[in-house]
Amino acid sequence: MDLCTSVSIAGVEFKNPVMTASGTFGSGMEYGEFVDLNRLGAVVTKGVANVPWPGNPAPRIAETYGGMINAIGLQNPGIDVFCKRDIPFLKKYDTKIIVNVCGKTEEDYVEVVERLAHEPVDMLEINISCPNVKEGGIAFGQNPQSVEHITSVIKKHAGQPVIMKLSPNVTDITATAKAAQAGGADAISLINTLTGMKIDINRRTFAVANKTGGLSGPAIKPVAVRMVYQAAHAVDIPVIGMGGIMNAEDALEFIMAGATAVSIGTANFHNPYTTGEVVDGIIDYMKKNGVKDIKDLIGCVR
Amino acid sequence: MAQFREEAKVLRQEMLGKDIYSLTLATENIAREAAPGQFVSLYTKDGSKLLPRPISICEVQDNAIRLVYRVVGYGTKEFSGYREGEKVSLLGPLGNGFTLKNKKAVLVAGGIGIPPMLELAKQLRRESPSLSVTAVLGYRDSNTFLVDDIKKYADVVIATDDGSLGVKGNVIDAIRKEKIEAQIFYACGPTPMLRGLKNYAEEINVEAQISLEERMACGIGACLACVCKTKEIDEHSHVHNARICKDGPVFDSREVEL
Repeated sequence: MDLCTSVSIAGVEFKNPVMTASGTFGSGMEYGEFVDLNRLGAVVTKGVANVPWPGNPAPRIAETYGGMINAIGLQNPGIDVFCKRDIPFLKKYDTKIIVNVCGKTEEDYVEVVERLAHEPVDMLEINISCPNVKEGGIAFGQNPQSVEHITSVIKKHAGQPVIMKLSPNVTDITATAKAAQAGGADAISLINTLTGMKIDINRRTFAVANKTGGLSGPAIKPVAVRMVYQAAHAVDIPVIGMGGIMNAEDALEFIMAGATAVSIGTANFHNPYTTGEVVDGIIDYMKKNGVKDIKDLIGCVR
Repeated sequence: MAQFREEAKVLRQEMLGKDIYSLTLATENIAREAAPGQFVSLYTKDGSKLLPRPISICEVQDNAIRLVYRVVGYGTKEFSGYREGEKVSLLGPLGNGFTLKNKKAVLVAGGIGIPPMLELAKQLRRESPSLSVTAVLGYRDSNTFLVDDIKKYADVVIATDDGSLGVKGNVIDAIRKEKIEAQIFYACGPTPMLRGLKNYAEEINVEAQISLEERMACGIGACLACVCKTKEIDEHSHVHNARICKDGPVFDSREVEL
């Protein structure tokens, strides 16, 4: 049986719906030792800003039950190094490149997006949902007006289709999803991490230096599936789903809830081979269940 | 440097002292590649605990590695319950390890920073049989571990916090008191100890390779959780933050800020 695993988002064709979640996979160099990057639908890079960002003080992570809290603070080398080093590295592989863009101000985002306009990358993912930086990040992502505004500004300058990455730290995910669509987003991705806190009772202090951090991992998966379902029903643009995917079964939940593609994040830390295993597992599921085209599964649960 | 994810069989588990355990694992690939000062990521079997535990390699044997670790939380508690024949999932060898130099070496370690000194002492002895190797080991009290193993390859000086054994005080106190001379220091231990050694080594202008520790997630350099401040702009992120898991854990003391 000929299986079709490819999906299309904003005219970009992905060989399969499996991507990496920004910030968990660098630009693929480290995980390339374990996973054949050619097998992935796309590599979504760690967020890159106009200039290098030092990130937050350590400790930056803490394990929690079924998950982890991180407050890395978007440490990144800035767009110059990224264009010189990371894009040429990824171009060696037969996978799509989605560059995650972060900024503290509107101008920051625009500068990065303009720099990328003539680079050989396939899509942009705009991070308006990082809970760990004081300025920018989530500040743009929590009310629908600012989501729509920043989306429309970025769309004016972008050379590639734009994915807006949404925060789950909102009362109504459909409102920010619709706002992104109204601003001209080509797709949305969700969920970013849920703001959390862990206290180290032995040291009587916060487990991460930033006090709060983003909760990720399988502990948040049911919340993520629910939000992907709601968002997919609220907008017409494609949804990329993520949040605690550990295996192909988890990935298929998101796809059936309405995600055109999925991203693997925290699971990479638990098992560096996860992304490849999810690709294999989806194919196995399709074979076992007589599914010829993955697209038949997208949003099949209503 | 090749890294491997393996399902290794437990060959031996021993308790060396209160909360200190020695776990020997059969692993051909990791044992073949491992260098002193490198570490492995050990995964728990409990699916609610996602992150691997970074544990330094204490000793490399034929087709096996030995890990000596302290039970500090639920992950290491699980490890301490592993019995002979059980399978354990691990990734390694990770990090850079110590760079062995042909110089009169003083190994300085405290607490659970002591284990990597065993393989280091063994290899230094093997590489430069004519040069002296001294290990200055700091413990809380007379409940020591690995002393006899390290004595096979190095002269051992002990410091204890409570003075119940060796020099009363820390490892730097012991180095000063015993007038231990070094052409190079190799160190691993708690940050205050490393800070003290860094200052001492710079004061007397002797090279010190220090092994740092921080909470880690990926263990392979991707997530940027375990960073330390560096004097110069780091190669990876260009922001004075080196990755302890990938660029380290061993750094020239002059290159990092503690």
